[in-house]
Amino acid sequence: MDVALQDLGSLIEAANTDSVTSVSVSGGELVVEANRESVVALLTYLRDDVNCQFKLLMDLCGVDFPEDEFRFEVVYNLLSLTQNHRVRVKVRTNEDEPVPTVTGVFSTAGWFEREAWDLYGIYFSGNPDLRRILTDYGFEGHPLRKDFPLTGYVEVRYDDEKKRVVYEPVKLTQEFRTFDFMSPWEGVQAQLPGDEKAVDGSDGDPA
Amino acid sequence: MSDTEIKNYNINFGPQHPAAHGVLRMVLEMDGEVIDRADPHIGLLHRGTEKLIEYKSYLQSVPYFDRLDYVAPQNQEHAFALGVEKLLGLEVPPRGQYIRVLYAEIGRILNHILNVASYAMDVGAMTPMLWAFEHREILMEFCERVCGARLHMAYFRPGGVAFDMPPGLAEDIDEWARDFPAFIDDLETLLTENRIFKQRTVDIGVVSAEQAFDWGFSGPNIRASGIAWDLRRAQPYDVYNAMEFDIPVGKHGDCYDRYLIRMIEMRESAKIIRQCLEMMPGGPVKVDDRKIAPPSRSDMKQSMEALIHHFKLYTEGYHVPAGETYTAVEAPKGEFAVYLVSDGSNKPYRCKIRAPGFAHLQAIEMMSKGHMLADVVAVIGSIDVVFGEIDR
Repeated sequence: MDVALQDLGSLIEAANTDSVTSVSVSGGELVVEANRESVVALLTYLRDDVNCQFKLLMDLCGVDFPEDEFRFEVVYNLLSLTQNHRVRVKVRTNEDEPVPTVTGVFSTAGWFEREAWDLYGIYFSGNPDLRRILTDYGFEGHPLRKDFPLTGYVEVRYDDEKKRVVYEPVKLTQEFRTFDFMSPWEGVQAQLPGDEKAVDGSDGDPA
Repeated sequence: MSDTEIKNYNINFGPQHPAAHGVLRMVLEMDGEVIDRADPHIGLLHRGTEKLIEYKSYLQSVPYFDRLDYVAPQNQEHAFALGVEKLLGLEVPPRGQYIRVLYAEIGRILNHILNVASYAMDVGAMTPMLWAFEHREILMEFCERVCGARLHMAYFRPGGVAFDMPPGLAEDIDEWARDFPAFIDDLETLLTENRIFKQRTVDIGVVSAEQAFDWGFSGPNIRASGIAWDLRRAQPYDVYNAMEFDIPVGKHGDCYDRYLIRMIEMRESAKIIRQCLEMMPGGPVKVDDRKIAPPSRSDMKQSMEALIHHFKLYTEGYHVPAGETYTAVEAPKGEFAVYLVSDGSNKPYRCKIRAPGFAHLQAIEMMSKGHMLADVVAVIGSIDVVFGEIDR
């Protein structure tokens, strides 16, 4: 399985040298990283080439890595029925750089791109219908970004006096609690919790 | 004779319409009685599942999957459990795998039975609903007996299943599965050759194989379009490769074919259930790794180690090695997949849920264009949508 995927990966890389940046097989899954400008050509190749025939776009989604320069990763999961393989194509972008739409290659991409736009604010240029899809009418912000708080900004309730639904800033009766489970003994953090206070003092000596 | 200008008008279908299968709001642009454009508005049931999962440990994420497609909850858990096991590199003991396949097939029947019956009601037949819910009730009792919950099971967990089956349950399921095909026969006498049912479904919402590819169809809907594709056979998970079953394939890709496929799949599922029960080995039902699966209650009363393990598992959970996986299962509605990105902590960094209904519902405009208003109801029923999974 892995050998066949390796071969397929090198085939894809050889045919698209200018668009593919890296090909890897991890955990039995083929991952192709590409430039976002050439994603349409690459997906068309993957769909139409006789050795690939990835005729189904099963999934398209965003992933957010806020500390990176190109913080968003757009992930296309393709499936080939004849080869019985899957391939994952990944491109990187940020808030300002649009990704060309692939609705011309796979019609099903339309809603998936709308979803990525709605939840991450990834702009897909050329998508004929890039409206919000999952969030409320008139919603502001992109909720799946890592810097969007879990509790959100507004809450909705029915106002009996106004006889309509009203939006208000979110009020929590209890502060949202999140726990850090990083074990200080297993070295995930170099610094022990609490030690950061000692850095600013003279040398952390209590005496 | 003067020309009269006829204006198209819009109809709001749903979100409170019983034939909208939940909370679908569809804006239909009508040319008389004929659909010109259909624009589904979804998201009325959006609960932010993917965001919530990013703040929960892997074990705490399991119940969210029940609440996606609440008609067949265990199949969703199955995808998540398989994905996490792949990242952890776990092998579930055989008995656990057999129980999972058994309950995944029970989930498939739960789903198809509801879909066929409610679909029949959408197109005007009342009785199938009443008959079918009797069997749904029996199946939900089987779910209750194994895990305590009728619907939201939280039973398939990374590393196996939560509990072993209680004594006597296997015999009862087997007895039920033996009688179930007779019920399908009865149900078919009501629908399959029914004149009204055929008038409402034959040649409605035809999807060709090319269109099915283009719109990302999967599951019974792609099989109805003539493509023999089933993940249980093509990319088997758990013990599906030990099972013998047939994959029904349609010829026309219309609403009637989709109905027929589901009826045959129920018979096949009953076959798989009986095979599972026949071949099921003894032994543990979850991995014997105290860093992943909790110790037994009796161990916890005796052993300090077990108590610590239990406490750590239910507070911190387990850390999953960094990596990513796209794991798909053949859920009753089609390919249900989880794209899981782990950063090595105890919470998923990203958990994208690929719901089959999302892709299917998108194709509704293609399927219903040029049909009558009443046919849209038949099309919605036949592609089997549940808004829990579409809106997430």
